[in-house]
Amino acid sequence: MSEAALPPPRRHGRLVVRLLLLAAVFFGFGFALVPLYDTLCAAIGFNGKTLKDAIAAKDLPPSVVNYQRKLGVQFTSTLMPGLPWEIRPLEPAIEIHPGELRTTRFLVRNLSDQTIVGQAVPSVTPTVAARHFRKLDCFCFKQQTLAPGESREMALTFIVDGDIGDEISELTLAYAFFPAPKDPG
Amino acid sequence: MNTATHALDPHGAHAAAPTGILRWLTTTNHKDIGTMYMTFSLLMFFVGGAMILAVRAELFQPGLQLMKPEFFNQLIGVHALVMIFAALMPAATGFANWMIPLMIGAPDMALPRLNNWGFWLLPPAAILLTLPFVLALFGIGDGAVATGWTLYAPLSVQGGIGVDFAIFAIHILGVSSIMGSINIIATILNMRAPGMTLMQMPLFCWGWLVTAVLLIITLPVLAGGVTMLLTDRHFGTHFFDAAGGGDPILFQHLFWFFGHPEVYILLLPVWGLMPHVLSTFTRKPTYGHTAQVWSFIAIGVLGLVVWAHHFLTAGLPVPALLYFMYSTMSISLPLAVLFFCWIATMWRGAMSFETPMLFAVGFIVLFGIAGLTGLVLADVAADAQYHHSYFVVAHFHYALFTGGIMGVMTGVYYWLPKWTGHMYSEKLGKLHFWLTVVSFNLTFMPQFFLGLAGMPRRIPDYALQFAEFNAISTVGSFILGLSQLIFAYNIWRCVKGGEKASDAVWEGTSGLEWELSSPPPHHSWETQPVSKA
Repeated sequence: MSEAALPPPRRHGRLVVRLLLLAAVFFGFGFALVPLYDTLCAAIGFNGKTLKDAIAAKDLPPSVVNYQRKLGVQFTSTLMPGLPWEIRPLEPAIEIHPGELRTTRFLVRNLSDQTIVGQAVPSVTPTVAARHFRKLDCFCFKQQTLAPGESREMALTFIVDGDIGDEISELTLAYAFFPAPKDPG
Repeated sequence: MNTATHALDPHGAHAAAPTGILRWLTTTNHKDIGTMYMTFSLLMFFVGGAMILAVRAELFQPGLQLMKPEFFNQLIGVHALVMIFAALMPAATGFANWMIPLMIGAPDMALPRLNNWGFWLLPPAAILLTLPFVLALFGIGDGAVATGWTLYAPLSVQGGIGVDFAIFAIHILGVSSIMGSINIIATILNMRAPGMTLMQMPLFCWGWLVTAVLLIITLPVLAGGVTMLLTDRHFGTHFFDAAGGGDPILFQHLFWFFGHPEVYILLLPVWGLMPHVLSTFTRKPTYGHTAQVWSFIAIGVLGLVVWAHHFLTAGLPVPALLYFMYSTMSISLPLAVLFFCWIATMWRGAMSFETPMLFAVGFIVLFGIAGLTGLVLADVAADAQYHHSYFVVAHFHYALFTGGIMGVMTGVYYWLPKWTGHMYSEKLGKLHFWLTVVSFNLTFMPQFFLGLAGMPRRIPDYALQFAEFNAISTVGSFILGLSQLIFAYNIWRCVKGGEKASDAVWEGTSGLEWELSSPPPHHSWETQPVSKA
């Protein structure tokens, strides 16, 4: 009558362990969000993220060039603080057809008297267009090292998918050039 | 099964119980720990309040008069962290410690030693948060965290040692809160009196049960996020560094995955205690007990999936914007159910307006303003204008001051006679209420207008056209701050003595907690009660 009516203390143990596990799972979930977020962004084009790695020409989805349709593509570039460079697109705006392979160039110059490593980070607007913007070759795929006073033309080769939505007539590719992290990892 | 008894204290009288400071350091008694939580909370409420009064003093006039912008930034960020983590959350945990065992007929919390540890983690965390202010006086570091409480990357990656102190403080506070939550869940699930089903359990316990689950789910994500921040700052990782392949927006997702449920973590215990107060002072049973339970659960679940409405302007794609807008707005449905139940409880009741009831009615009116302005902010199109303006500041102070702090004051006045065995001064309580309500609106109502006129938050100086409303707001804030001294004095006076409180304290009370003496005996329920519900 007396002791049995109260829950024996050990029942807490199992519940506590389960709740601690729940906390541990969500601690892991926070870290799992890192790759998950990247995958989601690249897949749906959240934040205008484009695919990080080059795709080979043979991996491109079969698409014929649609000469009926014209797309405006604008290029802009920003320098982040701490990078004494100059960067500008040689062609600020071009017109392309969906499915057409194009190469364009950016002029980059190191204004300082030191060798500096930079890293370009691309972003596409409108963001839904990002996953249709496929790069075969881009200077943003790796870090770029410029000697003091050196200037260089950097190339970008890309295709805009033929299946890009009809509502999009113009898209912008923006590069932000960062000083490269000291400790790439 | 009507008179189950349990020998809790085989040693009889507590002859060997430590006294003085050792009693408080080593106590495992839920009432002592509850008292420590409440006292700590009140103390930190004044610390956080003093910080923001300095901010309001600077904003009294345009231009920089009292402080440098860097110090201003530190004050606003630490004010928020102190108020949220060191004032509001401990107050809610204090209520839980004091009231949950009394309400469910348990002798103590399920895990008393963990309970003690959970509390004693708080003071070191509060010291970590505020220590950089002191260190800066001695030329060490550049002051406390200056990023605002949201710690957004990349600003927080570049910040001084104050950021590291804040990160470790958050880790410790997180551990403390998770331990507290585990304890509360274990107590509620395992130690209810015979006859009390989960559905019949008092609403305060229900509010806390949902809060505790939310804490266990979301705090680890914040802990993970600030850990990434720490490794980005010191160990060469690039979680939030775009040049290294990371993304600063990711931090906003991690932060608000915690940050939005945190709003409900702060509010659910208050929503839980409101029906008790309303039912007591209308002398009617609570209207819609089951509906309120399901509303708590619905708000808890919805609260987990709406976080991105805090950064609708960060460049989310349109489908995501629409999702977060509609899901956010849908939270107003269960919240409307709660409002309906509160009003229906009062409907045709024999109402009397003692201080707790005044605070409860004030809470309903003012918290309603928070809800309605929240709907405006959730609108993607409108938010583009209001985002990061004083409109947001006013909105969340209507939510967290009237919804959170005035709710806590409701509970303090309501339960203080039960805790101390004495009545507080009704005259001082009413004075405190009216000064608080009038000066709160004087402080924050002008901030809605400032926000609509385009004044951004988190700036130490502003354009001349904002001067009048800022002056009014500052005057209001000082009255608001000083009125709280009445609150502290009233509590102190009540602890020291005063008119004896009866066991039931108020005329219309119902529930197990009012069957115990005021103050309750050292071991709350030496004989396990049977719930009559």
